[in-house]
Amino acid sequence: MNILDGTATPVMSTGRVVHAYVEEARAEVIRYLRMPGFLLPTMLLPSVFYLMFGIILGAHNSPDAPRYLLASYGTFGVMAPGLFGFGVSLAIDREHGLITLKRALPMPPGAYLVGKMCMALMMAFVVTTLMICLAVFGGGVHLGAGHIAAFYLSQTLGVLPFCSLGLLVGTLAKGQGAPGLVNLIYLPMAFLSGLWFPLPMMPKVIQAIAPVWPAYHLDQLALSAIGMGQGGEWVHALVLAGFTAVFLTLAARRLARHG
Amino acid sequence: MNHDTCIARLEGVHKRYGAVTALDGINLDIHRGELLALLGPNGAGKTTSIGLLLGLHRADSGTVSLFGRDPQDIDARRRIGVMLQSANLPPTLKVRELIRVTASYYPRPRTVAECATIAGITDLLERRYVALSGGQQRRVQFAMALAGHPELLFLDEPTTGLDVGARQGLWNAIRNLVATGASVVLTMHYLEEAEALADRVSVIARGRVVSEGTVDALRAHVAVRRIRCLTAVPLDTVQAWPEVEDASMQQGRLVIATQHAEVLVRRLLAVDAGLAELEVQRAGLAEAFTEITRDSEAADAAREAA
Repeated sequence: MNILDGTATPVMSTGRVVHAYVEEARAEVIRYLRMPGFLLPTMLLPSVFYLMFGIILGAHNSPDAPRYLLASYGTFGVMAPGLFGFGVSLAIDREHGLITLKRALPMPPGAYLVGKMCMALMMAFVVTTLMICLAVFGGGVHLGAGHIAAFYLSQTLGVLPFCSLGLLVGTLAKGQGAPGLVNLIYLPMAFLSGLWFPLPMMPKVIQAIAPVWPAYHLDQLALSAIGMGQGGEWVHALVLAGFTAVFLTLAARRLARHG
Repeated sequence: MNHDTCIARLEGVHKRYGAVTALDGINLDIHRGELLALLGPNGAGKTTSIGLLLGLHRADSGTVSLFGRDPQDIDARRRIGVMLQSANLPPTLKVRELIRVTASYYPRPRTVAECATIAGITDLLERRYVALSGGQQRRVQFAMALAGHPELLFLDEPTTGLDVGARQGLWNAIRNLVATGASVVLTMHYLEEAEALADRVSVIARGRVVSEGTVDALRAHVAVRRIRCLTAVPLDTVQAWPEVEDASMQQGRLVIATQHAEVLVRRLLAVDAGLAELEVQRAGLAEAFTEITRDSEAADAAREAA
């Protein structure tokens, strides 16, 4: 055991900082992979919905339904890892004093959020894979390599606005109150954005206000990715980036102030 | 081990939470290589003091410094280790993973094996945190606190929930760390721990340090001694004597609290030739502590009344 030199401030090399981010992300991923009760519902719920409504029921209505609903239920599926992964787990970590400990420790600022983001991106990737498999092998949807790549891209990155919205919710709710609050945002937004029933089938009012919801824009991007879009991809992408920035700023301010 | 260097300091710090004054102009110095115990009743300001030194809150006024910097500066915190009583760690992570991720935050960490050896948890490394007993969890938190090779450790009631053996083990580990040059700040629940462990004790009450010094000095602060004996002298007679601060019967024995033990013993022996089992004891730290906080409360009350 060596005695540290008393006066020199230890220097944290860039390599060590990167290493800290990697270790934090690794710990966060391992932590949730060992919680099947948290993972499985998030991953399986959208797949089961898609199988029932998109493939079994949808295919009866129209041959295009499984393809159209792949975008909707895919979007529904990637909202969950963002909203629950950030909202609920942050609220629980706050209640358990883990955030306080991490703020006291010299954890690089941002490592905690980047760790959770990695987890959310990974889950979004897995959900998207499940949905594509169901669509191709169960629904007989024809997807080219370009479609599949674009769909992965939009859906995996599409988790980010919901991460930042979840983050904001996690700073507002504490512990047990969080899942309820997240569901209050998740389910109505999914419905109002046309993820359960296509927007053209919905009342005019709901169609008119749909662009208010981030999920609507992600759904539009997902539709474009699989060749059913109506254009304006850049607008949707910019709106989503805007949502992300605003939620993130608000959440960061609350976190810095209240912990 | 006591060099004359101050590595952490609270200077005239005030902190309010709404209408509640948590700290009322507190002054506190932590020196290199020392083991400082913070004692005080709940709500006295111990936790807030530690929270300020960890950069968790900002002071309303006054100066807070850690290694000459603002504790919110991450470079200052890279020299400290932290064990917080209130923190629940991720239940599904294994002990090894918890130490590993904590060590990654520091520039020159200890190895996982080294932390585990010092904290006495080598047999627990592959266990999940949730599967550990409360005492084992405390020791894991201690291992995490020393993972970064810190020069200063903040340990918030580290021995809560430990059995006697584990507590002794932790005390030894803390003494060894101090012997290698680390400084330790402890908040304590058990006053005997301060007697067993600390170089210096700061008693905090109502947001200020009301007494500071060695454990002996703290005890000397209170001149009260206790006389116990079996005697035929009636309690009312004893209570009427001017030197007696307090007298009572406990399990058939007369117990007197006084600052003039010699005078009273002489008088008791003169009055009752059959007096037996005489004992005279200096008040313990617990009593000294109660006395000091009561004094400061009385002084505050007097000042407020004036």
